[in-house]
Amino acid sequence: MNELLNCTALELGSAIRKGEVSIPEVTSLALEAAGTNPNNAFITLTSEAAMARAEELQKHLAEANSPLYGVPMAVKDNICVQDVPATCASKILGGFRPPYDATAWEQMLAGGAVSIGKTNMDEFAMGSTTETSFYGAVQNPWDSGRVPGGSSGGSAAATAARTCWYALGSDTGGSIRQPASYCGVTGVKPTYGTVSRYGLIAYASSLDQIGPLARDAADCAAILDLLQKKDPRDGTSLEMPGAGTLLQSLTGDVRGLKIGIPAECFGDGLDPQVRKAVLEVAEVLKRRGAEVQELSFPVMKYVVPTYYIIACAEASSNLSRFDGVKYGWRAEGYEGLTDLYQKTRTQGFGTEVKRRILLGTFVLSSGYYDAYYRKALQVKSLIRDAFRSAFDNCDLLLTPVAPTTAPHLGESLSDPLQMYLSDIYTVSVNLAGLPGLSMPCGRDDNGMPIGAQLIGPHFGEATLLNAAYGYQQDTDWHKKAPKGGARA
Amino acid sequence: MTVTPEIVDYISELSRLSLEPEEKASMTAQLEQIVGYMDVLTQLDTAAVEPLSHVFPLKNVLREDVVVPSRERAELLANAPVPDQEAFLVPRTVD
Amino acid sequence: MTWETVIGLETHVELATKTKIFCGCTTAFGGAPNTHCCPVCTGMPGTLPVLNRKVLEFAVKAGLALNCEITRYTKFDRKNYFYPDLPKAYQISQLYLPICRNGAVDIGGGKTIRIHELHMEEDAGKLVHDPWIDQTRADYNRCGVPLIEIVTEPDFRTAEEVIAYLEKLKETLQYLGVSDCKMQEGSLRCDVNLSIRPMGSDTMGTRTEMKNLNSFKAVSRAIAYEARRQAERIEEGKRVIQETRRWDENKDASFAMRSKENAQDYRYFPEPDIPPIELSEEWLQSLKDDLPELAEEKRARYQSQYGLPPYDCQMITSDKALADFFEALVDLGTAPKQASNWIMGEVLAVLSARALEAKDMPLSPKTLAKLIAMVQAGRLNRNTAVKVFEAIFDADADPEAYAAAHGLEQVRDTALVESVVDAVLADNPKSVEDYRSGKQKAFGFLVGQVMRQLKGQGDPKAVNEILRSRLS
Repeated sequence: MNELLNCTALELGSAIRKGEVSIPEVTSLALEAAGTNPNNAFITLTSEAAMARAEELQKHLAEANSPLYGVPMAVKDNICVQDVPATCASKILGGFRPPYDATAWEQMLAGGAVSIGKTNMDEFAMGSTTETSFYGAVQNPWDSGRVPGGSSGGSAAATAARTCWYALGSDTGGSIRQPASYCGVTGVKPTYGTVSRYGLIAYASSLDQIGPLARDAADCAAILDLLQKKDPRDGTSLEMPGAGTLLQSLTGDVRGLKIGIPAECFGDGLDPQVRKAVLEVAEVLKRRGAEVQELSFPVMKYVVPTYYIIACAEASSNLSRFDGVKYGWRAEGYEGLTDLYQKTRTQGFGTEVKRRILLGTFVLSSGYYDAYYRKALQVKSLIRDAFRSAFDNCDLLLTPVAPTTAPHLGESLSDPLQMYLSDIYTVSVNLAGLPGLSMPCGRDDNGMPIGAQLIGPHFGEATLLNAAYGYQQDTDWHKKAPKGGARA
Repeated sequence: MTVTPEIVDYISELSRLSLEPEEKASMTAQLEQIVGYMDVLTQLDTAAVEPLSHVFPLKNVLREDVVVPSRERAELLANAPVPDQEAFLVPRTVD
Repeated sequence: MTWETVIGLETHVELATKTKIFCGCTTAFGGAPNTHCCPVCTGMPGTLPVLNRKVLEFAVKAGLALNCEITRYTKFDRKNYFYPDLPKAYQISQLYLPICRNGAVDIGGGKTIRIHELHMEEDAGKLVHDPWIDQTRADYNRCGVPLIEIVTEPDFRTAEEVIAYLEKLKETLQYLGVSDCKMQEGSLRCDVNLSIRPMGSDTMGTRTEMKNLNSFKAVSRAIAYEARRQAERIEEGKRVIQETRRWDENKDASFAMRSKENAQDYRYFPEPDIPPIELSEEWLQSLKDDLPELAEEKRARYQSQYGLPPYDCQMITSDKALADFFEALVDLGTAPKQASNWIMGEVLAVLSARALEAKDMPLSPKTLAKLIAMVQAGRLNRNTAVKVFEAIFDADADPEAYAAAHGLEQVRDTALVESVVDAVLADNPKSVEDYRSGKQKAFGFLVGQVMRQLKGQGDPKAVNEILRSRLS
């Protein structure tokens, strides 16, 4: 593998600005690595546009305004890039080319990003394995017989396989953190509202958030410095205190930092190897001067049902607009309006999407709203309160990202409830709108990466990233690449 | 909670999905299992808890009443699966 | 059996904002299909709504004027259903916490109509069937135009009450400037919920909902038709079916709309894309302080302050533009009674002849005030002034310049009038004699002779005075 492909985004950015490498040079390197679409990580490669963009950026190198200027990356296929197909890995969006850029993508463009393409994902971000994609499953670069996690599986696989230096993903219930964990990369789900959702094709509006998947915490900080900005086009967007200063705030100094370990996150159902590796993170941080304390998080058993009720309810409404009339794919052989709707939606959506639409329709329907949807909103309030009291006593929480390492392809979809339950450590973060970070912290007996999750209070990104940065000073899990890197 | 085939028919109709008999049978069983699991929430007493729809205390996000030029019609219609110069086309609607 | 009709109204009113409720596209009426649209109002994936400040302000103003309680913490909800005029397949509306509740409208005759609620929502698009291709075209220009829906309690008993309420509503909303309430452009639309019951009963009958009522006349006729239809059914021993009916103006009858093929279950839930709205007492107070004087208050004031007859007050305040015009005249120093006479007479006549709305009147209050002042000063007689008024109306021309250019000013040169009077008296000794012997008619003849010699431009008052003094 070319050494350049193995360096971090910040290292490459620095080399670009020093003139040691040119942007077109590294862009064609990435395009070459992505050329055979290793691991099926991409749905669309935008080679020509990427090269044109690279040449343009190279011309204006003197005006480089961010440490990521000219660094090639990739964008999850539910984030709109003007005139480039946005499929959400669904048949129903076939042919759709958005006539607008997502605000988050505009922010990256302003920082000199070069996109090489759109990454594969679970259909409409619904899944934990990237097997529900209409464009085929993504393979884990560490073991092509295993899943990369999901739903941002393409972004995680492309980053892990050194096909590009970082990627944008989206996280509704763990869709950045869990694939980052399965693929051995670092990923952040930012505080809700700090990254604009305009142009992110909605799964569950109150939970969705765009964030980075990258080599390490410092890269994530640099990406977030570009992404986090209040957007007048998104009514739920917020001003992040200290936005744009995350990278410069990284010191690795965690002395006196109070790290909470929720007992409920290390109990039954957790793979012992994962448990050991995650708890070892606490030891590393302790050696750097952090204080570690166990605490109780009593609402754990309610987080998964609460998440699925709320996410599916919103999804059932958000996905109603896909009806074969305004954009995307339309079924053939319909008779009349209702039949057009039914044929298009029945044939255009995959099974997992249909399951969640039906579930969401059920919990909102007359007679069940109070028992399920309203109840879930009440429990959401209790979950928020539980985090509040946890953060009264500590600065960060340390938990696993997932109960196991990456399962084999084909193992998960047959038992949807089991698959939903594997989201137990990540979904509560979205329900409470908190920032969460996933970073590699070990490998299991099969050599598959294990991830640890750090959870912070609202706007706690600086603390999260600094702890991860400190951890990564003393460990090298984040530096490990899958054998051979990109594989066909 | 029992998820009956009638409930599945009803929510399929509401969401404009028409499942094949086999798909419907497996979907009914899975939904029953999932909804049954969700019933764990009934263990929690939430009588005194206000439903929380927006997690941030953000409020009053408003824009000014200033006209922004509309988009070119051709750009808006470009993605329509059935092409037309001026509108989106659908089968005849009943009144 | 005598029947009592029980009616409730749901009125949709388009707000007079410049832009749509959730995006910056224009709300202008008309326009080629899909030219007042953007990715937000056509429901493109990933787009998000941001609430127009003016919509909130207008809805609250309407609520205040309709004596509603204003909800201090209000939210939007999604109403989910599939139809091609609704590109997102959900309408952003309000169910759980509507902006206004519990209002009341006094419709005169001691009758008050209670308002159940008033909420904000977005309009849907327009569907036009094209028989040539046997396809329906969806035009999203109206998608996202802001509406308020005003729902009354079932307090009406007659069509007259309904019309009185609609007129009051229209007048109030126009005065507030929150809507132009043009029924022909669909900016005021109402659905009538109607049931009947035996007179004296206090249980409710089965109701029907009538749609497509595009004029007050249609509302009135539809109510009469539906009350009769329901009575006939019951008297024939049939049941009234709860259904939605469509009024057909041409056939002067209503028809049951084909019941929707699909179940109706709107699955309302809080709109996650729009944060809640919390209204401060300060802001509400500032809106209250800002409310314009409404028609009813103006009518009372015109009567007490200016002593105008009730009929004049009614006419002038029936249109806010007319009332504004009247007040401008008074502010410019025109006597209220003069101002009122001119408006009730010439102004309304010319507007009607030109088929113009008062708000589109080319003539400025300043010009009319000047013209009226010329009459008051004796420079123009009333008849000539009307001719000048008609001539200068369209161009808002200067009455003084016009009168001068056309030699229309009255002769105010007393010496000239005296010499003409003397000459007429000398030429008509017979008439002088007749007058002196008590024949009043002769005086009129002499005035006529003087005016003729002055080519009609004599000031009648001056002519009369001089004649009388010479003859006494």
